[in-house]
Amino acid sequence: MSSTVSTSSQGEVWAGGNKPMKASYGKLMMWFFIVSDALTFSGFLAAYGFSRFKFIDSWPIADEVFTHVPFLHGQELPMIYVAFMTFVLIMSSVTMVLAVDAGHHMKKAKVTFYMFLTIIGGLIFVGSQAWEWATFIKGDFGAVKTHGGNIIQFVDADSNHRVALKDFAHSLPTDRVQHENNNGIWFMSESSLSSYSLEEVIEGFEKDSTIVIRTQIIEDNEKTVLSREESRTFLKENGKYVVEGANLKDNEYGSPLFADFFFFITGFHGFHVFSGVILNIIIFFNVIVGTYEKRGSYEMVEKVGLYWHFVDLVWVFVFTFFYLV
Amino acid sequence: MADAHNLEIFRGLIKFKSNTQKIWGVLILLSIVTTVEVVLGIIKPDVLMQNFLSTKILNWIFIILTIIKAYYITWDFMHMRDETPALRRVVVWTAIFLICYLLWILIQEAGYIFNTYDQGHIKTNF
Repeated sequence: MSSTVSTSSQGEVWAGGNKPMKASYGKLMMWFFIVSDALTFSGFLAAYGFSRFKFIDSWPIADEVFTHVPFLHGQELPMIYVAFMTFVLIMSSVTMVLAVDAGHHMKKAKVTFYMFLTIIGGLIFVGSQAWEWATFIKGDFGAVKTHGGNIIQFVDADSNHRVALKDFAHSLPTDRVQHENNNGIWFMSESSLSSYSLEEVIEGFEKDSTIVIRTQIIEDNEKTVLSREESRTFLKENGKYVVEGANLKDNEYGSPLFADFFFFITGFHGFHVFSGVILNIIIFFNVIVGTYEKRGSYEMVEKVGLYWHFVDLVWVFVFTFFYLV
Repeated sequence: MADAHNLEIFRGLIKFKSNTQKIWGVLILLSIVTTVEVVLGIIKPDVLMQNFLSTKILNWIFIILTIIKAYYITWDFMHMRDETPALRRVVVWTAIFLICYLLWILIQEAGYIFNTYDQGHIKTNF
């Protein structure tokens, strides 16, 4: 019956000295927050699962999307960088738990050192995530969107490797410029134009007979590749505009929902890491000025530690459902 | 609290001498699990690509390994192992019940919508 009121003195019960479940008020509240935040994240991931099962035969294959590693240009290294990020976050969780442990033994210097390492780990992770976002937004091959909202990607007919638009699109003379609201009606404008127009892509496609298109439909764990003849008809009949990289409206990887969920879930998680770093910095300086030494307890480190581990815990799930499954 | 750490993992199969040692032990375990996940994800063995309970066997392996990782993060890093059983149950079962319900209802509905697109009269391939 550890959850019942354990003290006999009524004054102490109502004065807040009570510790239900042998956890202090602050720690218990942190657990409350963590449970509710865990439910928020599972809501997001479950919604991701919903969209994925809704488009189970056409969802982008994550291995083909996240293949980049900083400083290693043009190499296809699926998941290596995310695995690195996961490791960084787990490692910073370890230094956090070491800081908590040092706090239990009232070793100020050690707590300071481990908190510092934790902050560094958190910053590396947030930086990596920013880089990953930038790469995702920029894209690399480019694709064409159809009237039906599907994505057409271009591959080499022999090797089945992706071909970038810039490698085959044929430049045509054009007067088309971006419509800005200072030329014409003030409330009408458009987003920046793609590097190639649909006409240029079609022209390049006609000139290069090795190129065929790949649709979104997955069969036997591979995206369907059409024959040259089918590709020509499909592209000409259904192509609507060129898509490069990703935004909330469309992305070159496939279903728009894929990018939407990517931005939303990893963004929300990144925001948690960011606020965790801020909290860690506050605690770090409190440790340095000796607040907890005076208080006689490093429990605050433990409470922030709980939040920090939770952020790591969420990432473990995001990693699985976004990058592996 | 400070000296009340439970230093056993795997139901007593591995016992650590100090809390610090346990932390490093858990880190090694988590790293091994992550490495296995990444290697499986890159190789994608054909045996594991068959369907089982509406997704690939490989995906089930990933999910199970993830839950194992989550267990050790919560139990050892977040010190759940040292909390009272009441606190443990309050936190874990609340989350598990609600998440299971959410997953069941959403994935069920997603399958229905997929079938509607797939077999119904909605044209999407244009």
